[in-house]
Amino acid sequence: MPETTVDGPLGLLAELTHACPLSCSYCSNPLELTKRSAELATADWHRVLDEAADLGVLQSHFSGGEPLLRRDLVELVGHASSLGMYTNLVTSAIGLSRPRAQALRDAGLDHVQVSIQADEPVLSDRLAGISSFDKKIEAARLVKELGWPLTLNVVLHRQNIDRVEAILGWVEELGADRVELANTQYYGWALANRSALLPSREQLENAEKVTRAFRERLRDRTDVIYVIPDYYSRYPKPCMGGWGDRQLVIGPEGNAWPCLSAHELPLPKANVREHPLDWIWRSSPMFTAFRGTDWMPDPCRSCERREVDLGGCRCQAFQLTGDMTRTDPVCVLSPDRHLIDEAVAAANDPATADPAEQVGPVPVGSGPVGLGMPELAVRPHRAD
Amino acid sequence: MTGTVPLTGRPALARFVKMRFDKARDRQVLLGPETVVTLNPTGADILGLCDGTRSVADIVDELGRRYDRVVDDEVTQFLAQLVARRWIAIEEDTGA
Repeated sequence: MPETTVDGPLGLLAELTHACPLSCSYCSNPLELTKRSAELATADWHRVLDEAADLGVLQSHFSGGEPLLRRDLVELVGHASSLGMYTNLVTSAIGLSRPRAQALRDAGLDHVQVSIQADEPVLSDRLAGISSFDKKIEAARLVKELGWPLTLNVVLHRQNIDRVEAILGWVEELGADRVELANTQYYGWALANRSALLPSREQLENAEKVTRAFRERLRDRTDVIYVIPDYYSRYPKPCMGGWGDRQLVIGPEGNAWPCLSAHELPLPKANVREHPLDWIWRSSPMFTAFRGTDWMPDPCRSCERREVDLGGCRCQAFQLTGDMTRTDPVCVLSPDRHLIDEAVAAANDPATADPAEQVGPVPVGSGPVGLGMPELAVRPHRAD
Repeated sequence: MTGTVPLTGRPALARFVKMRFDKARDRQVLLGPETVVTLNPTGADILGLCDGTRSVADIVDELGRRYDRVVDDEVTQFLAQLVARRWIAIEEDTGA
């Protein structure tokens, strides 16, 4: 694709750190976490934000790990805000004290997204690997009190999806403006823990019924975003709305990616310490590899849906088949669909343990977790 | 909520929505949580007048002068869409 036709990105996801007080078994961070000592310095992020604004970025999302663990978070939010960006904090809410929140408010932070793991402390804390539920609820109330729009982010999986009605009860009680109910996408940690996380068809159908009713009842108050579980779909998701089309992700060490799972792919790294963001976006192999439709193999190349789902997800193709150029195995037209069907069949096998019997992260090597359950790979809190 | 908006109501952008010029793409945009809405010149003109003090009728009058044509349906339909998304709040006169 000629460089001149490439529009700039609308959004930047800044993963400031991989350190996190939580240790969720479906974490979207890489299996190999970046050490704190290898993180970009404040001055690097200033430059990255300047270059992102020049490139056309209108929204910056500060995420992690836990972005509140960065001492320069307020300063970085302030800088993005001064560039006219709409600023968004994606947080576990651990560490969102009143003074810190007030400082972020004063710096111009526009929107806060708080993660919620379940509807009550026992399950929630087990899933998060730390006592955190009550702090999250308290922080969510603080977000509303300070006048921010509040989004609650809920990753749905086998162990919490049956609680979706009670979780939505919190959405209503807290007066959240948005809720993102995102079924787990299976990369990295979540793929390693897939058999403990993938829900059954019956669980999904029930959750979707509850969600539809809630959306209808509160349509004047709350936006409900429901991210479907692609394993149960016939066609793949158009990942990120197109490779290198709208969004870019920058990790703690400065590597830039078209999506937050692309660190898995065998493509040359593009780091903001070594290259201007403009070159990375327009010309780096990382961002041009799958832009547009020219790269597609069959069955995508000749498919009438090629502009709809864009070949699906490159990371999923790579993780499940070892070849990042193959059609996303989720697609029913993919020769690799059996890989998905086998996982779905296992999740619907009556012999599989009752989800209610399962538990959250425990240290690897401490023995089987729950009856008949595989051990969970546990995301450490930090790399060093 | 996708119906009409009252001509006496005074619309303003919701507090969490920002309107700004997007230099890279040479157009006005609305920014909200996880959303970018691109505006055509008419939409940008309408929203530029939504300051919480002008009524919908005032805005229709003002745009009618600017464009030298009747714009009331255009204005109310545009605003109704944004009200339905809660991006515009309409303060209604209660003293009437």
